[in-house]
Amino acid sequence: MSKTPPALIAPRSARSGRTNYELYSWLFMRISGIVLIFLVLGHLFIMNILDGGVQRINLGFVAGRWASPFWQVWDLLQLWLAMLHGGNGLRTIVNDYAENDKTRFWLKSILYVSVVFIILLGTLVIFTFDPNIS
Amino acid sequence: MASSGTLYRGREGMWSWVAHRITGVAVFFFLFVHVLDTALVRVSPNDYNNVIATYKTPIVNFMEVGLVGAVLYHALNGVRLILVDFWGKGPKYQRIMLWGILIVWLVVMVPGIYFMTKHTFEVMFGSGS
Repeated sequence: MSKTPPALIAPRSARSGRTNYELYSWLFMRISGIVLIFLVLGHLFIMNILDGGVQRINLGFVAGRWASPFWQVWDLLQLWLAMLHGGNGLRTIVNDYAENDKTRFWLKSILYVSVVFIILLGTLVIFTFDPNIS
Repeated sequence: MASSGTLYRGREGMWSWVAHRITGVAVFFFLFVHVLDTALVRVSPNDYNNVIATYKTPIVNFMEVGLVGAVLYHALNGVRLILVDFWGKGPKYQRIMLWGILIVWLVVMVPGIYFMTKHTFEVMFGSGS
């Protein structure tokens, strides 16, 4: 009898040292995507189409919205989900097109730093906004 | 070569994927800038109002139409992708679903463009302020 190849002893066994990270990433894109459809299309409709659209936006308009916890939570959720969804999308694109290990490392480093920076900055602005600033 | 059932080589399947990537990247970079400009509310009301004033100019207004179009395509095609992944008949109907979302896109964009650019056209051709 011939020796059974390893691939037949354990077909499709988990590769050592790997996690389900890409599966969770794939699932996250779909779940966050569904939530973002409502948040972002709602945001675009209110800001660009409803009641005069972008022409009526100024600091007073922003102050009026963020006086309400509802819009604060809306914008906070939108910020986090959109940045993580978009950041993960760009990570996929970098992985697809940047073939050099060093290039890929640096592009992803810049991407992750930018995503963290924008999320923290936006969160800070939503929570510390003062309508009486002058 | 006969079609081997892949969604991602040639024709509607591939082009919808290409458009999904391009619109996704474009929206991501806008979001980056948009969080920065909104952060000005925390720094100086005057600077914020000045930056927002550029959003109201005709050229940027047309770019906003492009942004809304890109987000809407990405959202609709995202629904199509979810159906392809999770609905048993999704792969079979992926092509017809693409034409479906393109029709929805057009039906939403026509009145959308009208309301978004109404003020710009009034300014450009006289009757507005």
